[in-house]
Order: sequence, then structure tokens, then C-alpha cells
Amino acid sequence: MQNQPALDLSPQVSDEVRKTTCYMCACRCGINVHMKGDKVAYIEGNRDHPVNRGVLCAKGSAGIMQHLSPARLRAPLKRVGPRGSGEFVEITWDEALAIATDWLQPLRESAPEKLAFFTGRDQSQSFTGWWAQAFGTPNWAAHGGFCSVNMAAAGIYTMGGSFWEFGQPDWDRTKLFLIFGVAEDHDSNPIKMGLGKLKARGARVIGINPIRSGYNAIADDWVGITPGTDGLFILSLVHELLKAGKIDLDYLIRYTNAPYLVDAATGLFLRDDAGKPLVRDRRTGEAVAWDAPGIAADLAHGVERDGATHLPVFRHLADRYLAPEYAPEAVAGTCGVTPAQIRSIAAEIARVAFEEEITLDQPWTDFRGVKHDKMIGRPVAMHAMRGISAHSNGFQTCRALHLLQILIGAVETPGGFRFKPPYPKPPEAHPRPHASHAPGQPLDGPHLGYPLGPEHLLIHDEGTPKRIDKAFSWEAPLSAHGLMHMVISNAHARDPYKIDTLFLYMANMAWNSSMNTSAVMDMLTGQNEDGSYRIPRIIYSDAYSSEMVAFADLVLPDTTYLERHDCISLLDRPICEAEALADSIRWPVVSPDRDVRPFQSVLLDLGARLGLPGMVTEDGAPKFSDYADYITHHERRPGIGPLAGWRGANGNCAGRGAPNPDQIARYVENGGFWIDHIPEEAQFYKPWNAAYQNWAVERGLYDSPQPYVFNLYLEPMRKFQRAAEGHGDRQPPDHLRARLRETMDPLPRWYPPFSEPQAEGFPLHALTQRPMAHYHSWGSQNAWLRQIHGHTPLYVSGAIWQQHGFEEGDWAILTSPHGRITLPVVRMDALNPHTVWTWNAVAKRRGAWALDPKAPEATQSALLNHLIHELLPEKGDGLRWANSDPVTGQAAWYDLRVKIEKAPAGQSVSYPDHSAQLSPVPAPPRDLAHQTKP
Amino acid sequence: MTTLPQSTRAKLGLVIDLDTCVGCHACVISCKGWNTENYGAPLSDLDAYGAEPEGTFLNRVHSFEVTRDSAAPMVVHFPKSCLHCDNAPCVTVCPTGASYKRSEDGIVLVNESACIGCGLCAWACPYGAREMDSAEKVMKKCTLCVDRIYNENLPEEDREPACVRTCPAGARHFGDLGDPESAVSKLVAERGGMDLMPEQGTKPVNKYLPPRPRDTLATPDLASLCDPAPEAASGFLGWLDRTLERL
Repeated sequence: MQNQPALDLSPQVSDEVRKTTCYMCACRCGINVHMKGDKVAYIEGNRDHPVNRGVLCAKGSAGIMQHLSPARLRAPLKRVGPRGSGEFVEITWDEALAIATDWLQPLRESAPEKLAFFTGRDQSQSFTGWWAQAFGTPNWAAHGGFCSVNMAAAGIYTMGGSFWEFGQPDWDRTKLFLIFGVAEDHDSNPIKMGLGKLKARGARVIGINPIRSGYNAIADDWVGITPGTDGLFILSLVHELLKAGKIDLDYLIRYTNAPYLVDAATGLFLRDDAGKPLVRDRRTGEAVAWDAPGIAADLAHGVERDGATHLPVFRHLADRYLAPEYAPEAVAGTCGVTPAQIRSIAAEIARVAFEEEITLDQPWTDFRGVKHDKMIGRPVAMHAMRGISAHSNGFQTCRALHLLQILIGAVETPGGFRFKPPYPKPPEAHPRPHASHAPGQPLDGPHLGYPLGPEHLLIHDEGTPKRIDKAFSWEAPLSAHGLMHMVISNAHARDPYKIDTLFLYMANMAWNSSMNTSAVMDMLTGQNEDGSYRIPRIIYSDAYSSEMVAFADLVLPDTTYLERHDCISLLDRPICEAEALADSIRWPVVSPDRDVRPFQSVLLDLGARLGLPGMVTEDGAPKFSDYADYITHHERRPGIGPLAGWRGANGNCAGRGAPNPDQIARYVENGGFWIDHIPEEAQFYKPWNAAYQNWAVERGLYDSPQPYVFNLYLEPMRKFQRAAEGHGDRQPPDHLRARLRETMDPLPRWYPPFSEPQAEGFPLHALTQRPMAHYHSWGSQNAWLRQIHGHTPLYVSGAIWQQHGFEEGDWAILTSPHGRITLPVVRMDALNPHTVWTWNAVAKRRGAWALDPKAPEATQSALLNHLIHELLPEKGDGLRWANSDPVTGQAAWYDLRVKIEKAPAGQSVSYPDHSAQLSPVPAPPRDLAHQTKP
Repeated sequence: MTTLPQSTRAKLGLVIDLDTCVGCHACVISCKGWNTENYGAPLSDLDAYGAEPEGTFLNRVHSFEVTRDSAAPMVVHFPKSCLHCDNAPCVTVCPTGASYKRSEDGIVLVNESACIGCGLCAWACPYGAREMDSAEKVMKKCTLCVDRIYNENLPEEDREPACVRTCPAGARHFGDLGDPESAVSKLVAERGGMDLMPEQGTKPVNKYLPPRPRDTLATPDLASLCDPAPEAASGFLGWLDRTLERL
């Protein structure tokens, strides 16, 4: 029987395609939303979009199920039960906004710092920061402090940019790629596309990661490094390269501060009367300004002055890293690798960088006016993320990685690492942080920035922090993204002061976005003796029934990403490419079918009700009708607004130009994005390339050319170190002096993670990774994605498996100095032998996310967060030290130390097992067979 | 029982690169989205938000660990869907003719209106590549997006299976494996593409490109790359001075 039926091979796919920007993670890919009538039928990648070129990950393709999630909130909520219970009544928007205004108006008029406004993974930080500045509170930041501020800050301070939105490998030209500590999600599609390009042409990929999954699974070579030792491993590579002379001296002289002379007495740069750092001219032996024309700057010798020899930075650097303590034999044991692995990787870097040099026949002119007829590349590229940065030595480790890239001349050269506009942007070109507030007044400047010395700390004369999170204090001097993970514990402790209202947006702080989750839940519900809450008021905005919703007094329901306007702005975290300036929008491709509003429009409404400057007209009426109106008409500086494309009355200006009322329509016509290519001669050497600098000024990225050299030696760090040594007016408290001296080293240095003393009782490392198919807590409400990752087994190495006699189906009790969790175990051999790990943020509290209380996310899953305290265990010195990087305050998630034991037979439910929260949304449908009918 | 065509005019299929697949499941969900909305009944999800969700997928990614005596363990991500076999046992076992292989391009399909949901084809498939839809009680399988690849309502560049179009790493390739001059056939030849379980005699059309050798970086002699090696020539400072003079 052969029966071949007739098929319709050309069915109608959809009625219309609407092109917008994905928000299933922070990657910001372009998507084609296929509509049937007014319903979403299918989502695919937009082929024209610079971020994803048509491809789309599992999350992006599952966007339809997020848009239809049963966990979507339906209306504003007012708490009627105790905090944490989830007992709410639905109220009108008029009532919700009146409540919020009644709470916030008196604060603004009397003590604006009593509002703490923190946002999570939203992509509107330039807007929410502007709002908080207008309100006048110093207490605003987004999620960077618990995410990857070490990576961002170390990159900005060292070279004016870092990875992901700051820059990218030259995927088309690199021949050797090293990827350090990248969880499976960052930066999702561009990394996968890039790896695919490397694989297609057989370029070598080396993965440095304790876990060989995801990107590391396809790495040609894998280094299963011990967590927290990447900095030492990198500096050993530096040792080997220096020893072999495999460094790019010409690059170092031209583009870095390697020749700057360091004052032997102070450790600061020798400077001339105009303040310019000095270098030694090899021809005359004299110290001259670094940018004096026609000199031959020396790296080898110093100058004699006042009876001392003042050596160039490069000599300090070489002396340090050539020392035997950085030799492969000396570090291999600590790093969990072999000396041969270090040597072989160093040799491969040297071989590719110097024997496979790339030359582009592209003339260019540097900022000194010197013309070059070629662009010379060292085709070795690197990328890193939270695995190396979420440690208490993360800032210095990230600095070490940038040092390695720079030493071989592989930054902003063909085949290496490339900045994406508006980067490069050195610390000097960023603002300083601000926190001076007064009743009824806006803040004195932007909240966050890059301190250049103790004079920029946000502390009172007596040394106490001005911010509730203690950012930019001696405890975390360079906390460029704030310290969101400290807000709730500090507010609960009223340290450094009491606040009134905690206002959070899209940050699941009662669950996966906090360290020490169980205790944070207790803090959110903590009461005074009179029964009032220690944190008096909590306002929260989220689109979904997350764990945090249950702890709010007032909930402002947000829309899904397909129902809103957004801008992916150059003022924020842009989507540019190394070759192009780009930004994009979201627009409502469908209308909400619930009584919900886009949070940014709500914030503008609230701002107008509060009469905040910039949000009301002269007669007190609202200045903007909604967020789209703000996107179109707001100007941050004259001619510079949230979107750079189609500016000017006729829409023909790029970057700078008057607001264009049709701007958003032009974005929609163009598929949701705008792109503007950088001229060929300006594509590399951006910090020093005159053509790039001039182009950047034309586009409004800078107001004047900002050429600079890379900071191998970071003088601002030395200023903090000197303060710790007793110099200057602003002095740290005595208990922090020794730590500041050690950790604020102006040259990258490795020190053991602060959890190291726990190793005796807690011999193992524990890590979490975010799966490629989930983004934070969002994936579990998605009927398709939760079938891929529905629970969190604990993966243990073969060595641990055998030592503890685990068998299939067993459960393990994992204990840290702070707490314990219980999970099912799975053996994984492609794992550092002293490491265990599980998936991040898949575990859920019962009752949240519209899931069945018996869902495996609640019964077969646990967060490692329960094991991680925001403070280190007591050391007996009467102090509690933060479990954070001492430079930036970044949460040291990956310092976690644990011990493991087999759970008693019969274990079948994970621990901890928190009480269920009541769901503010109806029960979900049981079965789905979803086919869209118009 | 159902007969297979004597031959097919083309052998359309997938080439899946196991050296490049990062296991991200993009193909799994893109397939789920397209095929829920298109060919035949939607792919259902039972107990979608409950304790034991069970959905129909035409493509799934499995991960395997390979331990080796003399090198580090490897992880291989293995996407699996119907291989559109030339000698497809799922077709010959079908009692109603619902399972068939198209003579024009070799795609193996299920005619859902003739499928009685007996499940014999799933038992016959040695790859476990078919799934019974629990809601609709019909057999579901990869269609190679037969409703995309010829679809005149789609731009020409989009006339490829959803899983191929979406794969971020470019690990999935689509083409005519019956034409030795096609890009996919050349890729298979160049990279040593393999049949899955050839001993089963199913003659699968889809091919897998094996992972390239891993962890092969040789222990080198860095000093031999240097001319002259700084250590051998009066130390680092001497080397630095000489090199700076040459700049």
C-alpha cells in the first residue's frame, strides 16, 4: 500500500508580521511576530537585525508562551493579608496611583532619601535613574551589583569598556578564542553565532570553566579550573609570555600607560606642571610629557630624581609577574590544572598572536597625527563573564584578563577584542557618583559613576555612607553599579539609616535575586514591637506572579514585552556592533487584555502626580502622555535623546538632532531598529583613531574627542591604597586599612577568595549556572521551557560520587557555613573534581508563577542562594565582613564553599520547603493544545 | 502494510554538526512553535503547569558524557529527530498507509487523517524519533517542515526547516543528500559525516558530523618560539633594551 496524499505545501503563515525586540532575556534580539488577526501565532528571529541575524534561541521562540503565561498579573493589587502570604485585593489604577502618591509625596517634601528605588533586569535604567534623580533620592541602582559589576568596572577602568554590550571578539577574524567563566546564557545568541563562525573555519576555542557544559562542551580544549583561581591562572600566562618576550612592545608604548614613570615615593605618576604624566625619552634620557611629539618612550629604564629611581609602569609590571610565584609550577596546584596546560596555552597564544598576525590594508591616522598605512592584528580574542567576576577577587581577576589581552596587543586590533560604540569610554569620560539630597529638590547629579580617588566617595565627613546600600563607601569604593543585594538587609537593620518605602521593579528579591533568601523573606516581614513592619512600605512592579509579589504592599502590574513601548538606548545598555552604532525599540504588537500598564508609563504618571522636575509642564500638567512620548521627546542634552535614529524635524539626523515626532514610526517601518555603520578607517584602534573620535563626536557619543591610553597601572587604585596607608584628608576606618592596602593594588593581583578559610570544614566549591533555555526565574511559567528544565539536580564530580557512595536516585544534603539544601544528585565527570553545581533560578516557592504546588520546581529543586549569606561567617574580630568583592562590592556568589553528604534513604522532597504563597492569579489550564485562530 | 517508494527523486534531510551544537534547545522550541501552529494537529502539552508536564516534541536534544582514559571527559549534545530513512521501518509497519515516504523528496510523513494511533511505527523506529500526541491520539514526527520548504508565502531564504533557520550556532544544515554536489553532501564528505546506528539497516538520510578531536593542544616549548629567547640572552632587561632599540 503506497498512498501519498495531496498536501498544501504553501499554507498561509500569518496575516501580518510585526517586528519588535525580544525580551526573553537581556540579549535583545530582533523578532518577527507573526499575527493571525490580533493574536500572536508564531515568533522567529529577524534576519535583518544586527544582534541575531535571524536566529533565535529557545527562550525567544517560546515567547508566545510567556505572552500567554497564566502567571500574568491582571490588575493593581493591594495587600490585605500579612506580608508574604499573597493575600491581595485587586484595585483600580486610580486607587493604586493615589496610594503611591500619598506615600511618596511626603517623603519627597521632607526626606527624599527615605525612598529606596531599585530596579532589576529592566532595560530602562537611564530612565529610572533620571526619575530617581528628579525625585531626589540618592538610593537608586539596578541589578549590576549582584550581577557582573566587577566585569564592567574592571573593563572601564582598565581600557574603557568590557565584554557584552561594551565589546565583542572579532568573530570574523580571530583564530584563537579563550572563553572564561561564561554561564550558558551570556550573551546568548551572539556568542553562539560567533562560536559557530569559529567552528565553521576550524579556529581553536579554549574553554576555561570548572564545568564542561554548553559552550565549554564544544571547546577544543577545556581547562577545568578550580573556582576563584582564574586570576592566578591568567597571571601565570602573563608570566610565561613575558618570560618568552611574546608581548607587543610597540602597542604598549603607543596605546597604554606602560611607559609612564611611577614616583618611587608615592606610587603616583610623575607629572609636569600641566599635570601631564611623564615618560622617559630613550634618546635624551629626560622625562618628558607622555604625548610630546617625536619622542621614543622607554619601557626599560627610569629617571633619577631626588635621590631615587622612578621606573616606568612596565618595569613594575615585569618585576611582579616574572617572579617565581607566578610560574606554572607554583600556581598549577591551586588552579587545579597542570603546568603543561598553562605552558601549552601560553605558547598557543604567543604563536597565534605573533606568527599568524593579520594585516589589513586600511590606512588610518592616530590621535597624535601619525599616519599608519596598515592595521595590524593579533588574532587572539577573549571573552569572560560572571564565572570570573562573581568572586571576592573578581575585580582584580577581570583586570588581569584585560592585562593579558593588552600585553599581546589584541584589544581594538583586527582579530582581537573590539569595542562597540558608545564604548570605548574611559573612566574620566564617565560621571562621578552623586548623593547630595535636600527636601523637595532633585539630586545633585547622576547616582552612579566612576570614582577617581577617595574624594569621590559618597560618605559623610564622619565617614558614614550616604547611600542605603553603602555603595561608594570605604567598604566598596568602586561600586559603579550600586549594591542592590545589600538594600533589604541594610534597610531592615536601619544601617546606615532608616528608610520608609522600598520600591522595586522587575527584581525577584524575595527569591532568586537575593543572597540568603530565607533570611531576606524574614527581613521583608520583620516587625517592630508595635507590630508595624521594619521596612514600612513596599511597592513592587512585575508582569508576573513572582515570589516578590507576595511581599509587596502595593503591586503595579506591568505588561508583557509584546504589549509595550521600550527603547534599547545608547544612554543605557545599547545593542551596537563593533562596526556600527545601533539602537532599537519595542512597540505594542498586541494590546493588553488585562488591566495592566507599562511600568515606565506608570512611573511618568507618578512623576507628574508628584510634580517632579522634567515630568510636568510649567502649569503643572503631565509633560509626557506615556513612555513612547518620553522616548520621542525627552532630551538628555540638547539634540541627544533616548533614540539616536531618525532625529531632526525631517528625520535625517543620526545621533544628534532635534526630537522627531515620527521617530517611533520610522523605527517600526525599519523592523524595530536603527543602524549606522562606522567608516572603514574608523573601525579599529577606536580609542586612538582620529577618524573614530571625530565620528563619535558627530554622532553625539562624546562632546569632544576623548583619546586616552589603557591603564595597565590604575592610578586611582593607588590613591585609595595611599589613603589606607594614612595619606590624605579622607581616611578609611582602621579596620579596613589592611584590606584596602592589599586589594586596591594598582597592578592586577590575585589573592584567595575570602571564603578560603572555610575550606577545612567545607572542602567543595558550589556553583550555579543559568541554562540556555531559561532566563532567571522567568522560564518556569513557560509551558514549553519548563519541560526542558523543570528541576535542579545537583551535579557532582565522579570523585565526589565515588567518595560518598552515591547511587542513581540518591539525594544529597549540601551544607555551607550558613545553611543547607537537599537535592537529587546526578554524576557528571566533565567537572572540576572539587566542584558541585546546579541550575540557577529554576527552583520556585510553592504558589508562585501560577504553578501547581506539587510542580517539580517546588518539590525537586532548591536555590543555592539559601547557602549564601551576604556576610562572611564571624571571624572572631567582632566584625561582620561582607561576602563581596572589596573593590566594587559585587556579590561573591561563586566563593561558596560546601560539604556534601548522602541524604537518608526515602528522601523525596527538596529542602528548604517554604510555605506556599496564595496566588493572585486564577489557576492555569491543565492541558494545552494551542493553535492560534484569528 | 505500507510500501516504500523504490527510489526518491531527492533525499532531503539534515546534517547536524555535533562539533558545534552547544545544546541550547533553540531547534527544539522553534520546531515546537512552528509545528504547533502548522502541519496537522497542534503539539499538545498535558499538565502544562503541573507536577508532571508531558508535551509532544518532534525534536529533542540529549546530552551525553564521554569519559576517556587519557584525556578530559567530553560532553556531546545530540539533537534527535526523524532521520527520514531510505529504508524506513516506521513506514513498512504502518497498517493503514498513514505513514509514508514521499517519492519526490524522501520526506517521511504521517497522514493524520489515516492514522489510527496504534503506535506500531514508534515501536518500529530504532531511534525513538516519533511521539504519540496524547491529546489528539495521532502519531507526530518531524515533517522536515514540508509546509515551509516549498512555501510560496515565505521569502525564498526562509524556505528551510524552522530548526535550521533558528539554530544560533549554525550547527544544522538542510539540503539534498542525494545530490553529491550539494553543499550538505560536500560537508558530509569533508567532515566525515556519519549514519546513526547503520547496523539497523535503516539507511538514514540525515547525517551527523562527529565532534572534532578534543584536548589536543600539545605541550610546547615556548622558548623555541623566541628569537633570541630572553632568558638565554642576559635576562629580561637586556632583551627589552635590544627590542626597544629595534622598534
